[in-house]
Amino acid sequence: MAQAVLHAREPAAPAAPATPTPSPRRTAGPAVRLRAFTRRFGDTVVLHDLDLEIAAGEFVALLGRSGSGKTTLLRTLAGLDPPDGQELVTPSRRAVVFQDPRLLPWKRVWRNVALGLTGTDARDRARAALTEVGLGHRLDVWPTTLSGGEAQRAALARALVREPELLLLDEPFASVDALTRIRMHDLVLSLWRTHRPAVLLVTHDVDEAITLADRVLVLDAGRIAGEERIALPRPRDGGPEFLGIRRRLLGLLGLELPPPGPVAELLAFPSGEACA
Amino acid sequence: MSLNPAVSLSNKGAFPTLRGQRWVSPVVLILLWEAGSRLGLIPSHILAAPSAVIGDAWDMIVSGELPSNMLVSLGRAMAGLALGVTLGSALAIAAGLTRAGENALDPPVQMLRTLPSLALTPLFIVWFGIGETPKIALITLGTMFPIYLNLFNGIRGVDPKLIEAARSFGLQGWDLIVHVILPGALPSFLLGLRFALAGSWLILVVAEQINASAGLGYLINNARDFSRTDTIVVCLIVYALLGLSADAIVRALERRALAWRPSFIKS
Repeated sequence: MAQAVLHAREPAAPAAPATPTPSPRRTAGPAVRLRAFTRRFGDTVVLHDLDLEIAAGEFVALLGRSGSGKTTLLRTLAGLDPPDGQELVTPSRRAVVFQDPRLLPWKRVWRNVALGLTGTDARDRARAALTEVGLGHRLDVWPTTLSGGEAQRAALARALVREPELLLLDEPFASVDALTRIRMHDLVLSLWRTHRPAVLLVTHDVDEAITLADRVLVLDAGRIAGEERIALPRPRDGGPEFLGIRRRLLGLLGLELPPPGPVAELLAFPSGEACA
Repeated sequence: MSLNPAVSLSNKGAFPTLRGQRWVSPVVLILLWEAGSRLGLIPSHILAAPSAVIGDAWDMIVSGELPSNMLVSLGRAMAGLALGVTLGSALAIAAGLTRAGENALDPPVQMLRTLPSLALTPLFIVWFGIGETPKIALITLGTMFPIYLNLFNGIRGVDPKLIEAARSFGLQGWDLIVHVILPGALPSFLLGLRFALAGSWLILVVAEQINASAGLGYLINNARDFSRTDTIVVCLIVYALLGLSADAIVRALERRALAWRPSFIKS
């Protein structure tokens, strides 16, 4: 597994010029680049002077509590909010998977996946994407008959079918049950390996972030409060390094755990919701 | 999709018997009515006996009087309804999709809506005379508002999350309207259509009292002049049947157009 390490971000030096760090991938530049990006809603500054780069093919997780600005950042990258003339580089092919599947209930599953596609092969492309997420047999059903996990997989297929260079995941596993979530993690990783889009996963689940991402960013009050590069081999299921990263990330999120010991073992509950 | 146990139970066992029981009281009432007429308790100039009504209906069907006049009434209702639905939809789409449209169209429509459309009858007679035009215009006006209100609400009620998702996949403008907004507003539109149908019937009855020379209203007016209560009752039954079948048509339309709704999906 190639770890896409493009640049080391300096949180305290937003004014520093963008120094192109040698990339281990052959791609020309980063998939995403934000420079000193600020977003206000009225008097509230949601994103504050934010710098962000995501390398092509890199899997980045964005942690933060509610109101930290992570959804605003994702919406900006998705093109749902205009950049207002600020520096923003994103690939033209990008796709979002939202927290809820947001399938159009009046379109059959394959038509949902093919939404906005042009060309006569739309159904074939939708079929291929749905087969990839294990829903090849549910092409012609109505979305309301899908289970929660199936609907979210269909949403994933709808994003995939566009062959995105940037895949934006907005807490996509938050509303599925724990078992389904584990399967979805594996599915997302395998799809990512096959298609190699840059991924930004917005989540509040620290363990999920560590399990999946190459790099975890912590957003706090519109700024990046810290980041962890995760070089552990996948699959990652616990271990002292995992727990160390987990402790540091939780610390960045403002949750201090007692020093390692029997008590901490007890506290290290597996699903690790950092904040609701 | 399985029904909940209570419903499927009643479908199997209790419902048919219940359905059978439900027929008892109407039949008894009709029998009492017939008996009352035969015994002279209900004079025929007050209310004709059921048997007389059936006989009169048969005569009117055989002579062609009933079908031809029914067609005239049906034509009026359908013409008014078609115009009303078209106008109401156009206004609702214009007001629903743009803020400017809403600002321009919604206030006058809301003001006009408060007028009972039948109150405009005298004005329409002055404007359009006493031919077909005022009748159709009244039905148009009466059906336009339920369509407008429901479709406008439906358009504004489409889940913004769905619109946002569609936008994130590059849909905009016409595609967004056709694939997301209008299908999302369709349930509300169909509800409006049912209200409009009911309204068109109501207004038809009154509008046909305006110096009609054909149609069910004309038959009723004539029958009134000759105290033919049997003919009046026949026409009332026809009005009811037409209303019922119109509702059935909309419901069939709903089953087709809203096949995606969980309540319509069969396993």
